[in-house]
Amino acid sequence: MTSTGLDNIRMQVMWNRLISVVEEQALTLIRTAFSTSVREAGDLSAGIFDRQGRMVAQAVTGTPGHVNAMAESVLHFLNEIPSDQIFEGDCYVTNDPWKGTGHLHDITMVAPSHLDGKLVGFFACTAHVVDIGGRGFGADGKSVYEEGIQIPIMKFVERGEVNQNLIHILRVNVRQPNQLVGDFYSLAACNEVGHRRLVDMMRESGLTDIEDLAEFIFARSRQATLDKINQLPRGSFENDLTIDGYDEPLYLATKLTISEDNVHADFSGTSPISRWGINVPLVYTKAYSGYGLKCAIAPEVPNNTASLAPFTVSAPEGCILNAVRPAPVALRHITGHMLPDLVMGALDKSDPGKMPAEGAGSIWNLHISARPVAGTKGRHAEVLMFNSGGSGARAELDGLNATAFPSGVMTMPIEATEHTGPIVVWRKELRPGSGGAGRQRGGLGQIIEIGALDGHEFDFSAMFDRIQYPPRGRNGGANGQNGAVYLNDGTKMRAKGWQFVPSGKRIVLELPGGGGNGDPTARSNDALKRDLAGDYLDEVEIREAYDRSPDEF
Amino acid sequence: MSDRYKEAPVRVGADIGGTFTDIALEAGGEIYSAKLLTTADAPEKAVLEGIAIVLKQAELQFADIDHVIHGTTLATNALIERRGAKTALVTTKGFRDVIEMRFENRFEQYDLNIVLPPPLIARTDRLVAGGRISAEGDELEALDEAALVKIATLIEERGYQSIAVGFIHAYANPAHEQRARDIFRTHLPDISISISSEVSPQMREFERFNTVCANAYIRPRMDEYLARLETGLAGLGATGPLYMIHSGGGLISVETARAFPVRLIESGPAGGAIYAANYAGRFALEKVLSYDMGGTTAKICLIDNAVPETARSFEVARTTRFKKGSGMPISIPVIEMVEIGAGGGSLASVDSMQRIQVGPESAGSDPGPACYQNGGEHPAITDADLVLGKIDPDNFAGGDIILSLEAAETAIHDHIGKNQRLNREAAAFGICEMVDENMANAARVHAVESGKDISATTMIAFGGAAPLHAARLCEKLGVSRCLIPPGAGIGSAIGFLRAPFAYEAVRTQVMRLSAFDAAMVNTILNDLREAATGFVKPTTNATIDNQAIVYMRYQGQGWEIPVEIPNQKFVTNDQQLFHDNFHSAYARFFGRAIEGLDGLEIEIVTWSVKAISSQPPLEPITLIEGTRDAAILSDRMIFDPVAMKYVSAAIFERAKLTTGDKVNGPAVIVENETSTIITSSFDAVMQQDGSILLNRKQGDQT
Repeated sequence: MTSTGLDNIRMQVMWNRLISVVEEQALTLIRTAFSTSVREAGDLSAGIFDRQGRMVAQAVTGTPGHVNAMAESVLHFLNEIPSDQIFEGDCYVTNDPWKGTGHLHDITMVAPSHLDGKLVGFFACTAHVVDIGGRGFGADGKSVYEEGIQIPIMKFVERGEVNQNLIHILRVNVRQPNQLVGDFYSLAACNEVGHRRLVDMMRESGLTDIEDLAEFIFARSRQATLDKINQLPRGSFENDLTIDGYDEPLYLATKLTISEDNVHADFSGTSPISRWGINVPLVYTKAYSGYGLKCAIAPEVPNNTASLAPFTVSAPEGCILNAVRPAPVALRHITGHMLPDLVMGALDKSDPGKMPAEGAGSIWNLHISARPVAGTKGRHAEVLMFNSGGSGARAELDGLNATAFPSGVMTMPIEATEHTGPIVVWRKELRPGSGGAGRQRGGLGQIIEIGALDGHEFDFSAMFDRIQYPPRGRNGGANGQNGAVYLNDGTKMRAKGWQFVPSGKRIVLELPGGGGNGDPTARSNDALKRDLAGDYLDEVEIREAYDRSPDEF
Repeated sequence: MSDRYKEAPVRVGADIGGTFTDIALEAGGEIYSAKLLTTADAPEKAVLEGIAIVLKQAELQFADIDHVIHGTTLATNALIERRGAKTALVTTKGFRDVIEMRFENRFEQYDLNIVLPPPLIARTDRLVAGGRISAEGDELEALDEAALVKIATLIEERGYQSIAVGFIHAYANPAHEQRARDIFRTHLPDISISISSEVSPQMREFERFNTVCANAYIRPRMDEYLARLETGLAGLGATGPLYMIHSGGGLISVETARAFPVRLIESGPAGGAIYAANYAGRFALEKVLSYDMGGTTAKICLIDNAVPETARSFEVARTTRFKKGSGMPISIPVIEMVEIGAGGGSLASVDSMQRIQVGPESAGSDPGPACYQNGGEHPAITDADLVLGKIDPDNFAGGDIILSLEAAETAIHDHIGKNQRLNREAAAFGICEMVDENMANAARVHAVESGKDISATTMIAFGGAAPLHAARLCEKLGVSRCLIPPGAGIGSAIGFLRAPFAYEAVRTQVMRLSAFDAAMVNTILNDLREAATGFVKPTTNATIDNQAIVYMRYQGQGWEIPVEIPNQKFVTNDQQLFHDNFHSAYARFFGRAIEGLDGLEIEIVTWSVKAISSQPPLEPITLIEGTRDAAILSDRMIFDPVAMKYVSAAIFERAKLTTGDKVNGPAVIVENETSTIITSSFDAVMQQDGSILLNRKQGDQT
């Protein structure tokens, strides 16, 4: 047998091994992190990079937003840390929204990996921390300076020694210093685990560097991606989308150009930046539009520099999808999560009938700050919840009920949430009738009702969209239902910003349903019968939207 | 009964698997065994037939059996195939959809056409009633009893056969669930009722509700089956009791199994882990990696000091490629295992990155691998093993099935070799390397999750395909010893015979260490001790030991780690003991405890007490070194993965090896059911009990 044949097998085996290395890296982070969003919701990423800072493999985790973003961040570190200042046992850090993953709450750490004194590559990881100081997690900052402490690219650990000055500065700048410091250690430990596993693998395989392996991975991934792009119709296809924004609607526009070896999304024509923290650094625009395109075009190819390279973006500087410093960006996900719907809508025009309808899009994060009513004793607590509306109906399948897309984060058990703070979740269940009618029905949103425990009150930070502009149906399918926010006495609440809920009152959230796909009259009687039996929709809707009489079933 | 059996009891282990039903009978120090095809329509049939076969071998009657120990995949299969009772879930108003909304995420991030597993109980069958308990266990809203009475009427009208009750925070205060059960009992005396605070009193509503639903769903069917089996055994003259093995690896009475059939899920694989643990104990192996590879899957379990690792929850009935998240969570104590779609029948293919992929699709037994010449066109692991010389085509399954080397080569060439531009041997090597790497990766990730160092373990390999792959797996994991016990083909059934009477009671009650309340700690642990012991006591006269474990974390973390605590009465000062034990457990898991975070609270989340019958001391077996070279039967060429070439390997027959015989790799030890491959980096020594011990050669660096 030929040596090239065996090399080929060896490379394939090591590729698998490398993916296992980054999975172990990510798992360490999930198990040790303090941040709710990491440990419960999977809001993190981890990957290995070659000496040039190209991403070779990445763990499959909950957040597409970190994907391309982290892939590029390592290059920024290499630009700023001179190669003669890179030592064994180092670990670098930043939360720069433009060099990391789009807002200050994401901490990115990069550590060099050495084998026998020689630099062989880097490990990087990113996690969303609970608090980073400033005004807290919300859209109210007027600039990035109000959104928290900024950590430029710098050393967190040098030759194994933790930078205590940095720790001191951080501790006095954030509300929950122990958790933040715990998360810093957890991030560093996760890179350390990756490094140790890589060294094990290299020793076992007799490798002195990973350059050949990286080239092998890049070549295979590039080819697989290009093969898929090649099957697409060439040309330019446009789409636009309007969402609520903060105090005025936002217009998002894209022109998707498909060529032989590239899919490019240009966002010219998109609204200018907002005065509020819902602006998106370009790196995050690239992450989410790239994610949407990759799901639609080459879902099975693992993420690495080569498989991501054919997906490119551009947006005029100063538009909301290319916000530059010092624009406020804390809630960049609200706008960014809409990008898959935007680009998939353009893709649908290139080859109609295959893409899903629009869905709820941005995840409905809810930050609650609870306290005892003035003059009484009780508990203070910060509580974070992640909740999802319905996803858009697919070409052959209904949309997913109350399931995150494009975000991949998990919700938390309400029993755990109620242990975290003095609140009671009175209701969290599907919202009947909220899925857009169609041959395939949109996924249902959900209804949530929350009050404080007796003797307590709370403020909450609203981060909701699709309240004025619902997810649109496709191919004759109806729109999903808009979201709504109000108190149980009927008082209407705003969709964004901090608001107060007095003791004894409850906040009610109605999350949007996904859009329908295809003509509702083409939905099968069997499907409608199931919908009716489970109260996913009612008789009125069957008569009105589906033009059917329940007596027919 | 002949005299030779008078000393020790006669015990039967019966394991119903998806394809085979295995029976092991132990009498007079001998094991008699039988393997039958599972009779899916009436599973008790194969059990009774199999017992009759082994009794005949041992020249015994049904009346001679002291007891039968039974484990079965029926409960698991009922969930996978969704064949259960018409069940209603009664739950807290406002939470009708907990089991449908799951974690609100997608287990496959890039698949736009993902299909989430449907809830076990459809929305139509989920009924709600008002009433609310707080996280602290206080009543926030009274139970709406009038609504429950209406629900009882509806349940009767709609003809439900089983009821699951799951209320929010019922683990903290079961009063509402108990009251609901009383109301239903009054109105519906004939319907079985399962309540979450009894089935699984752990925090996290999705897991707990799903567990009580699963219990209710499989209960009527398991109840009928167990009744038929008991009747069948009695009809044939058996008088000894029937015990069931549970997912945590202990024995329970049939009555307990009928009330909590969800505890029978994964009882078969648990038997395999006990089998390995028993050998770990007898050979005094401190850290063990149990590796069980059969026709469709491989299972890996870590065993410390002869005790298999356990967990409080697991996932069953995965719907998509064994993918994490595609099944349903069950929160009950379980022997923790990783299952991967890698077995002798797993199929190889090439993906869009031109990479060889193996499994989880399996050729099964029909059509089987290509070499069976039974219509299988795609290459399976068995085909690759055959091409590499690891299996002798003329002596597979004791010569019962003649394998076609040509058919295997053709399948490998057509589906792998052609595309990869590899000759047949290289392609076969590629397939084996991929599957071995997949198993190694799963074992590595599992070890990280458990905070263990895998290279420090001794592997115990069993199941039909394991001895073919064990040595290579050891090479990949840096493991230097591997034990392959005799009778490994029916490991689970033998494992049943080694299981203690045991039950683990678990309950969530959040307590911060700063608010350590010794009286409350003692009450919680006492309650759990009484509950666990109550399940074990009626089944055994042996002394019952208790083991206590608490699950702790830094406040703010979402993941608790198990911390052992002594089985004693605690006083206020013992706060320090909990603190110290947590810190050392944390350091073991994650390398180091977090320092400099003195203000950070530590909390106990979940409490567990296990009651376990004390076992007769294990007969120790001393590991022996090889003393003389064994007689070589013949030789053939096999592919050596380290040398990356074919080498001449000596062939030995397991049955002809005697204690102390030493075999130098590369070599093959053949037996009826399988072959043990000894790669060039290992040698092997025959042990006193018929086990084969593989040893890494001195100075070997691979």
